[in-house]
Amino acid sequence: MITCLGDMFFPEVGVAMVTLLRRLGVTVEFPPGQTCCGMPLFNSGYHHDAALVAKRTIGLFAGAEHIVVPSGSCAWMVKTEYAGLLKDDPALKAAAESMAKRTYELSQFLVGVLGVTSVESSFRGKVAYHDSCHLLRGLGESRAPRTLLRSVKGCELVELPGSDECCGFGGSFSVRLPEVSSAVLDKKIANAEGTGADCLVACDAGCLMQMGGGLTRRGSRVRALHLAQVLAPETGA
Amino acid sequence: MSDASLRTPFPQRAHAALEDAHLQEALGIATTKFIGLRRESFAGFPEGEALRDRARAIKEGTLLQLDRHLERLADNIERLGGHVHWAATGEEARDIVLRLCRDKGVRMAVKSKSMATEEIELNEALEAAGVKPVETDLGEYIIQLAHEKPSHIIAPAIHKTKGQVADLFSKELGGRFEADPEVLTAVARKELRQKFLEADMGITGANFAVAETGTIVLVTNEGNGRMVTSLPRIHVAVMGMEKVIPTMTDLMVFLAILARSATGQKLSSYTTLVRGPRQPGETEGPEELHLILMDNGRTRQIAGTLREALYCLRCGACLNVCPVYRQIGGHAYGYTYPGPIGILLTAMLKGAASVKDLAHASSLCGACKDVCPVRIDIPRMLVDLRAELQRKGIASWPERVIFRFARRIMTSPGLFRLGARLGRVAQRPFVRSGRLSGLPLFLGQWTRTRDLPPIASRTFSERWPGLRQTKDLDRP
Repeated sequence: MITCLGDMFFPEVGVAMVTLLRRLGVTVEFPPGQTCCGMPLFNSGYHHDAALVAKRTIGLFAGAEHIVVPSGSCAWMVKTEYAGLLKDDPALKAAAESMAKRTYELSQFLVGVLGVTSVESSFRGKVAYHDSCHLLRGLGESRAPRTLLRSVKGCELVELPGSDECCGFGGSFSVRLPEVSSAVLDKKIANAEGTGADCLVACDAGCLMQMGGGLTRRGSRVRALHLAQVLAPETGA
Repeated sequence: MSDASLRTPFPQRAHAALEDAHLQEALGIATTKFIGLRRESFAGFPEGEALRDRARAIKEGTLLQLDRHLERLADNIERLGGHVHWAATGEEARDIVLRLCRDKGVRMAVKSKSMATEEIELNEALEAAGVKPVETDLGEYIIQLAHEKPSHIIAPAIHKTKGQVADLFSKELGGRFEADPEVLTAVARKELRQKFLEADMGITGANFAVAETGTIVLVTNEGNGRMVTSLPRIHVAVMGMEKVIPTMTDLMVFLAILARSATGQKLSSYTTLVRGPRQPGETEGPEELHLILMDNGRTRQIAGTLREALYCLRCGACLNVCPVYRQIGGHAYGYTYPGPIGILLTAMLKGAASVKDLAHASSLCGACKDVCPVRIDIPRMLVDLRAELQRKGIASWPERVIFRFARRIMTSPGLFRLGARLGRVAQRPFVRSGRLSGLPLFLGQWTRTRDLPPIASRTFSERWPGLRQTKDLDRP
């Protein structure tokens, strides 16, 4: 599952994920017609509209054994909110619950389902990991991405102070209250730069957009990267 | 906060807070300190998690039979010789206090820190009626001198640096005081001593009230609560109805997690248990005890969307961790209760329309829910509140148009693809070294401080057909 921000702004993350999964022997399919998980609608209170999006997405993935998303917030949306949005229709609710069980954020899928704790990859540089809110507090995951990063040859994982603090994205929050959102971001960037890391890694397209946009605007030497890009760096192909 | 300042739109209030260097300094230091203290306290307290669950269950259960517990509380307080008053609204609660002042000839009242009395703006009402209210909690004392409102639920003067407090004391109390917390506390202590002895009435809130024993419980760190409830001849406690708990055993559960959540203490320095007024044969305590049980919008939420907000212990932990609160402080919210829980409490007290903007003053990061001692699902209720604003048509029409349009795109892959293609063309003038900046409309809110990645020359969907064919090549 590749959701809106990943599809349009970070296609290389999707490519890295596909490369990585195939290397691990997974057959990857990409059901066509995917758009967005519906979280922006849900978060802003447009629940009827979000339910329509959920219903459509559930249909697209009806045949999939496992659904893997390189974005913690989208995985959270599917796993915790779809069934509630469709609670008035028993059949749809059951389908939503089924999809929730089959859906995984990438790092959770790798470690929890495939049992992978070490990835054959090489990456040169110091990496700081940012815990995205929905992966950390929504899905309770802080270990899997760190385990995977530590396993990469040449990759030095440094702990980011305040790694569990929000980057200030928050979907429409980032444009409704841009100044507050940016002030929160400034803190995140200062923390990242303080570690001396070359890369700031996260598992969420929203955080990457926010942190990446902030880093380049400030001319920082730190790059924002998705976990998949460290686990399966593009080889120039 | 005055109506005048509420007329300034919330984003501008937030802007002013971000520009206030003193506020930023004070907030940064204090919230970081609170977060660390709370974390350490729970780290060394493995039974804490189970106690939090238990506390939540007690609150849930109590609300289901709130009437029964309140009646039992009232019966027990009256049996001990106290008086119980029922107030449906904040105005009624205020009037009860004013009537007591009038009837008993009260000219000065000392107060222990209480959010319930802030909620009903009691100090202003007392002053208007010719009664002098004196705040005796150090933080409250500071902001009363400064003619301000509390900006944090447990640390009312959190927005002030020690330098500002020293300047304030020097100006208001006459003298020249250095910016040393110990010196300043000693000054306040000296000022307040006399007031405790002179006051006719002591006014408090209540952290809890135990139904089975008729005990009013106050949790403080300065001992002022004890003085307020024992020295003046009349003690009046103003309490939100949801603060009743069934038993003393329940109280132990809450006390074990309240101070840890608030300040990282095992217990606060003083836990004051008040059982009735002075009894025959006793030499201390007030002659009269009045408990005001205030509804003010609470009971209608027992079966409402904001129900969980009634579990709140007012520990302030959610404020300390909230990325928004940490940036803008309490005053920018504009109401008595700031921070994430404050948005919900404001909606409860003043209706959903009053938090039209504030409902969106959260990135929904979930840090508040994580630290809440009774695990209130604040992000979920904020989302529900946004849904209510949308359903009732309170949300602005441009917003509604944008989201309806977004739904159209999200439910139509053709439109989604078209959107990406059009976006690629439209973004061309704004690309600078591979990044977008200076975008128009609401996107400009983004690009003022951040770059935006351009829509990729080939989206993932567009790359998939090629990627699919390389399948076999990729196999190791």
